[in-house]
Amino acid sequence: MERFHWVQHRCRQLLAGDSGRGCYSPPDGLSTKSSPQSAGGRRRTVFARHGPHHQEHQSASKNYKSNAIRTTKYSLLTFIPMNLFQQFHRAANLYFLFLALLNWVPVVEAFQKEITMIPLLVVLAVIAIKDALEDYRRYVFDKRVNNNVARVFCGFKQTYTECCWKDVSVGDLVRLSCNDIIPADLLLLSSSDPRGVCYIETANLDGETNLKQRQVVADLPVQGEELTPENFLSRIECENPNNDLRRFRGYIEHPGGVRVGLHNSNLLLRSCTIRNTETVVGIVVYAGHETKAMMNNSGSRYKCSQLEKRLNTDVLWCVFLLVVMCLVAAVGHGLWLQNLRDPVFQVDGETSPVLAGFYVFWTMIIVLQVLIPISLYVSIEIVKLGQIYFIHNDLDLYNEQLDSQIQCRALNITEDLGRVQFLFSDKTGTLTENKMVFRRCSIFGVEYPHEENARRLQVYEAETDKVAGRSVTLQLGSSRKSLSCPSLSCNCSSVSLHTLTAESAEDKDQLPTGAQARTSVFCSRMAKEVVPDPALVQKLNWFCSSVLPLSDSSSSPSSLELTYITDFFLALSVCNSVVVSSPGHATHLVPKDQTPLRSLEEMKLMFQRFSFSPFSGLSPPQIRGSPRSFTSRLFTRGKAGTLTVSLRPNSATYKSDTDPERDLETSTLECRPDLSSIGDGEDDLQVEETEEDLRETHPDRAGEDGGALAKEADSEGDPEDELLYEAESPDEAALVHAARAYRCTLRGRSADSLLVDLPGVGSLEVQLLHILPFDSNRKRMSVVVRHPLTGQVVVYTKGADSVIMDLAGTPTGAEQVCSHIRKQTQRHLDAYAREGLRTLCIAKKVLEEEEYEVWMKRQLLAESSFENREELLLESAQRLETDLTLLGTTGIVDRLQEDVPETIEALQRAGIRVWVLTGDKQETAVNVAYACKLLRDNDQLLTANCGSKEACAALLEELQQEVQRGHCWTDWSSGGQLSSSSGTSFVLVIDGRTLDWALQEGLKSSFLETSRRCKAVICCRSTPLQKSQVVQLIRDQLGVMTLAVGDGANDVSMIQVADVGVGISGQEGMQAVMSSDFAISRFKHLRKLLLVHGRWCYSRLANMILYFIYKNVMYVNLLFWYQWFCGFSGSVMSISWVLVLFNLLFTSVPPLVYGVLDRHTAADILMERPQIYRAAQTAKVYVPSTFWITVLDAFYQSLVCFFLPYFAFADSDVGSLSFGSPINASALLIILLQQVIESNTLTWIHVLVLVLSGGSYFLFVLPFSVFCVTCSPPTNPLGVETLQMSQPLFYFLCVLTTVTALIPRLLFRALYNTFHPAAVLRSERYQSRTQCSNRSHSRTNSVPLCADNPGLETSSAS
Amino acid sequence: MMASSYNAKEEDAHHSGASSHGGAGAVKSKKPDNTAFKQQRLPAWQPILTAGTVLPAFFVIGLIFIPIGIGLFVTSNNIKEFEIDYTGVKTDSPCYSCAKNVSWNNTTPCVCSMDFTLEQPFENNVYMYYGLSNFYQNHRRYVKSRDDSQLNGDLSALKEPSKECEPYRKSEGLPIAPCGAIANSLFNDTLELFHIDSNGTRNPVPLVKQGIAWWTDKNVKFRNPGANSNLTIAFQGTTKPVNWRRPVYELDPLNSDNNGFINEDFIVWMRTAALPTFRKLYRIISKKSGSNPTLSSGRYVLDVTYNYPVLSFDGRKRMILSTISWMGGKNPFLGIAYITVGSICFFLGVVLLIIHHKYDTRNNSPDIPN
Repeated sequence: MERFHWVQHRCRQLLAGDSGRGCYSPPDGLSTKSSPQSAGGRRRTVFARHGPHHQEHQSASKNYKSNAIRTTKYSLLTFIPMNLFQQFHRAANLYFLFLALLNWVPVVEAFQKEITMIPLLVVLAVIAIKDALEDYRRYVFDKRVNNNVARVFCGFKQTYTECCWKDVSVGDLVRLSCNDIIPADLLLLSSSDPRGVCYIETANLDGETNLKQRQVVADLPVQGEELTPENFLSRIECENPNNDLRRFRGYIEHPGGVRVGLHNSNLLLRSCTIRNTETVVGIVVYAGHETKAMMNNSGSRYKCSQLEKRLNTDVLWCVFLLVVMCLVAAVGHGLWLQNLRDPVFQVDGETSPVLAGFYVFWTMIIVLQVLIPISLYVSIEIVKLGQIYFIHNDLDLYNEQLDSQIQCRALNITEDLGRVQFLFSDKTGTLTENKMVFRRCSIFGVEYPHEENARRLQVYEAETDKVAGRSVTLQLGSSRKSLSCPSLSCNCSSVSLHTLTAESAEDKDQLPTGAQARTSVFCSRMAKEVVPDPALVQKLNWFCSSVLPLSDSSSSPSSLELTYITDFFLALSVCNSVVVSSPGHATHLVPKDQTPLRSLEEMKLMFQRFSFSPFSGLSPPQIRGSPRSFTSRLFTRGKAGTLTVSLRPNSATYKSDTDPERDLETSTLECRPDLSSIGDGEDDLQVEETEEDLRETHPDRAGEDGGALAKEADSEGDPEDELLYEAESPDEAALVHAARAYRCTLRGRSADSLLVDLPGVGSLEVQLLHILPFDSNRKRMSVVVRHPLTGQVVVYTKGADSVIMDLAGTPTGAEQVCSHIRKQTQRHLDAYAREGLRTLCIAKKVLEEEEYEVWMKRQLLAESSFENREELLLESAQRLETDLTLLGTTGIVDRLQEDVPETIEALQRAGIRVWVLTGDKQETAVNVAYACKLLRDNDQLLTANCGSKEACAALLEELQQEVQRGHCWTDWSSGGQLSSSSGTSFVLVIDGRTLDWALQEGLKSSFLETSRRCKAVICCRSTPLQKSQVVQLIRDQLGVMTLAVGDGANDVSMIQVADVGVGISGQEGMQAVMSSDFAISRFKHLRKLLLVHGRWCYSRLANMILYFIYKNVMYVNLLFWYQWFCGFSGSVMSISWVLVLFNLLFTSVPPLVYGVLDRHTAADILMERPQIYRAAQTAKVYVPSTFWITVLDAFYQSLVCFFLPYFAFADSDVGSLSFGSPINASALLIILLQQVIESNTLTWIHVLVLVLSGGSYFLFVLPFSVFCVTCSPPTNPLGVETLQMSQPLFYFLCVLTTVTALIPRLLFRALYNTFHPAAVLRSERYQSRTQCSNRSHSRTNSVPLCADNPGLETSSAS
Repeated sequence: MMASSYNAKEEDAHHSGASSHGGAGAVKSKKPDNTAFKQQRLPAWQPILTAGTVLPAFFVIGLIFIPIGIGLFVTSNNIKEFEIDYTGVKTDSPCYSCAKNVSWNNTTPCVCSMDFTLEQPFENNVYMYYGLSNFYQNHRRYVKSRDDSQLNGDLSALKEPSKECEPYRKSEGLPIAPCGAIANSLFNDTLELFHIDSNGTRNPVPLVKQGIAWWTDKNVKFRNPGANSNLTIAFQGTTKPVNWRRPVYELDPLNSDNNGFINEDFIVWMRTAALPTFRKLYRIISKKSGSNPTLSSGRYVLDVTYNYPVLSFDGRKRMILSTISWMGGKNPFLGIAYITVGSICFFLGVVLLIIHHKYDTRNNSPDIPN
């Protein structure tokens, strides 16, 4: 049906293609690239539904989906056929079906026809029930979503009326209030916000909680008045639905024929939430399943674990075994038949032996079907669900601060966690907190070390170590509360108001939810409170009181430097995409009534005289004779500002703090810098002067500026303190906070302007002309603004140092200064990197008006183009970002996450090679590597930086030889001990460019050879693509298990390529988490996840699989042995029900419990002795030999289990069912007791399940043999079991059989554990508590853990 | 497969949004419960099987099994059993000629007599079996070839037997009762036992026909069709199995409780044997009153009415006299097996003890409670 619609739709579009092309003439300049053909098929046209274009609307939107969603797969009618159809896509079910059908062929029929259907029916039913429940859940959810209420414009009533989501259709106008969830993809047409913006929270979509700004479509003719379809006459043309959340292209044609480009910032996406905006109106462009949110819904990931691949080969062996057994039976039957002459018991005497043998072959396949452990696959899935349940519930993997558990997104690779050999880690956000804190900066080639700031960070660190995360959490919670407050000021109904307060009241008691906390970490106290550097403050103050520099020119900064500094901070506060919100206001806008200070004009004049272009400023203009009152006033304000800046956080952030002592401590600390800056020798004079000025100026100011002052106090008082910055990346927030510390405060943002406080000037509106957002290719972002003071068009660029340094031009006439600055800055950059700081360079460029106009045109073209928009935008951005003037650089601290060094050390001891792949600078990366103990002092660093492929080849060759000389870590599989190494170990550091060469075909192998012998590899400056290439190379070439862990969008490809992808739900949105298999919140969680859960899951699953195979082989062989005594005719000695249920019911649960609950080694031992991990890593647990030993053991046990009763019953009057009765019972006992021997732990659950399983057999068999009079025809059980079980022989047989069958296993286990000391490791937990731990440690270290495993199992293997 | 195609997170978000009117949106912490189960800290017994821990078990097994084995062996040895093969393979066998000539549609019975001597007197009840060898009563097609409903007295099944009975389902248009290959091949030799006393007279040993079948079979599973008044009428419209000489309602015309489907010889035959060499209970020789042995030692004659051909498939026919114990018939295997396994365990226990003392000295704390 759906497909039909689609075809219809396509046809229509193709037919309408011509007219469509006519309507749309692409803007000049790009027509060449957009082929009309493709454009015709990829567009949709939207008209308002109840407007004058009603007819067009009808025709255009006929084929657009309605907003009703249906995520269910089935309906009541289609459930059974469709579900069956789906299920028979699985090989296992087909196998069952084949067997069931085979049993319908009379000549090969083995059991009653119905009985063979049971396994199939059970499996189908179990899965169908699961599917049905899932589908029902979806149905209920769909219903709820579809019946959500939205306010939609109604054609009859001519107003907005309430309407269910499902009735919304394309072209409807929808009005939404604050906190409403958006019902469909809307084009934003009007907003209550005077600037036409609206904020949405996309947490439902991508988990990012920071607000995103959306903008009303430009140039709407009906701006201002209430928007109704009557006055909305425009036609919207946009691309067809797609799943790209970050792209929306189209244009809107207004009645006048004006076309305006539409892009992502005009689109409100379904299931996002409106925030901080009173009302908005939008027109539906995509509805229902065509919305971007719905098109992005994809199921969870499917990965095939390596163990399962291994398992598949074993299953093939089972198939082989089955075929062999069936062939034996077939041949045997043929031979047996040949020697017979007309026996009484031969029912169909005329069949030729060959044909009969052929029939028997198929019969035997039915009889021995259990040998192929098809149900194992279902069991494995169930076991993995159980394992995931426990991983999920592990308290150690729970992050209290974020209130986040581990998320297991891929359900079927838990055991791969136990075999990781290579770990690829991102650095930022993975090893480090990604809580960026401004640390120091360099401007104009002058370094400002921010010593106080460093001290503050140290104190903070110590503090957090002391005080548990608890108080921090509380505080974060409270700050978040203020975030959610804006909604209160919106026009919410009283009900929702009530709910909100209720919620926030609850917040006080409970921990904040993860989402809440995540936003607020950007604004954490640590990031906010930057202590300004006194020298820099001083210089800024000089700038404010521009008279002073003249007094002693030696120490005073040149005015050029001052402009640099001002520009630097302006850039910090302007060049970003930070959204400002303050709880006091519904909208975080520039208060419109703010009048600029009277003296602003004078300031501007002064700035212009400074001649902002730095090169004309080479001859510093002497500014004298500025009105004294003015400067002094500025100065005073400046001083006051300084004080408020540093004190403010105390009053603001500590309101909810629980620890008064800490309060005190911090506040005193905070005060210090101000005092010192005031008390600085040179400043003495100023201070006096200030006070004097203050006194002097006070009288006139009181009168004139009273109002302004009050306003100022207002704005600098409480409300301002609660300014919250919501940034897309923590760097941005850190920089804005840093600027704010220097009184360069970003106070508000609108679509086309920013409100910035400048020191000494007050709030200024900076006209925002353009934002060229950050992307990872350019590695920079830029804003184009009109400078508030000079009026020039200025480009501020912020980006990675390598890029900015390249782009920074050396303008003529200023080479000397410029190169000096560059040299100095480069020096500082290197120093920062060595310190492990993240560096960003700030640059600017002044554009001539004409230049700007030219660029602007191209940019607009690029923006409104349909095709190649991305490329054009990139090109346009590149055109702009050239010949930049380097202003300075910033150093941002990103602290290591807690326990990272310990975790890395543990992982390395577990034999996991840790590689760090980062986009950061080499020095930074190496430094962090030292910090997290990846690198140690005695490690030998191999650095690979080369400029050409040839050099790279030579270098790699050289490195390879060098590494080979060093004999440590010669082969990773030998699992050399880290500590035992006599020599040094090698660490390869390779940069992005060299990596590019190294990954090429010719050098791949030598790179591989070198890196595999290194203890660790650090790839710096690597792109996302390179990261994934490296992972792929290692995974494919070495055939090892790889794990990639990262937190950002740049790690996504790496995470996807690796066998196990782990996402860290950190500061950078959810892309990494969305693409990961496991999502954790802290790097340290990897330790438990891998060492404990991975190990457990692996051994559990491997043991479970082995046990399952054992169980099947053992039981099936009983039937096979019987064939030798029934002429290979395919007879069975059991009731066919028992035969079928044996696997399905009586022995199905114990393996599951075994697979979910078994604890191979206690968790604390696994944590303490990572070496244990190695055994599983190299797949020592589940190897072919274990498989064959298991099969052999099963053969032995079945032999015992069959032949002891055989001899006991030989030549007696025993009936075939009576013969089978003790065999079945003892087989059950053996199988269950085997598990007791194999289990490493037995809890009451195990005992319960074992007892119930054993009991269920008797509970089934006894009533069956009492009540089943004529049922189950060939094997009617009436009286069999009751009679057998009343005879002592039965019990004597069972005991003898069970004991005899289990002796070898028991003996082997005992001897193995005795001779294999590693196995006794578990018991050493006990010893290490009582005895000297040194001894046990040294012993375990010397234990050859990876020594040749005699192939046995698992529990003993390590 | 376990995937839900809808994003769970979105769902939650929707949920909280939708339920905001209800005011039920309690913010729940995701913190997992700190229970022993969820944290996988359930108290567990960790069976660390080492030589030290296992050796007591081996000793115990050895010490228990050996006496049991001796007991079983002695019991089995006390059982008296006599067996005589009357197939008539050898030319000097009295039944040789019968065996040569016998076929299913013989009308004249061939009788042969076997002489034998019991060395020891048989006390208590003596059970008389017939034994067949190389007779695959457990052949798949053979086992299936019966209709339990018909045997249970179901009238519709009587007239229209199950398809499983093919090719012994109908004969000349009439349904066969009882149908199927098993019934068709009913063992139909008649065995009679005579004691030859000191003066050479043949005294017939009284053989009890009833009580040889399982109680459940006799009373529940097998029933004659109809009201059981007149079997001839009840079985009207059916025909006898091809190999039978008499119809089913004439199996024991003297005793209506042992006639038709509930004839015990028939019931015993219908319970198919597990192995190709088997015996089936034929008659019971009841214990005599007083101290006389049931069968005193001396000469006996077995009169065989030889009807059942087995030579075509190399089969053998035997007559077995046996007393039984609480363990059943004579079978020394179980006792020997117990003794052997017990000895092995004991021996292994000793070996483990040595190993334990040599290698396993450090581990003195076998089971560690978690």
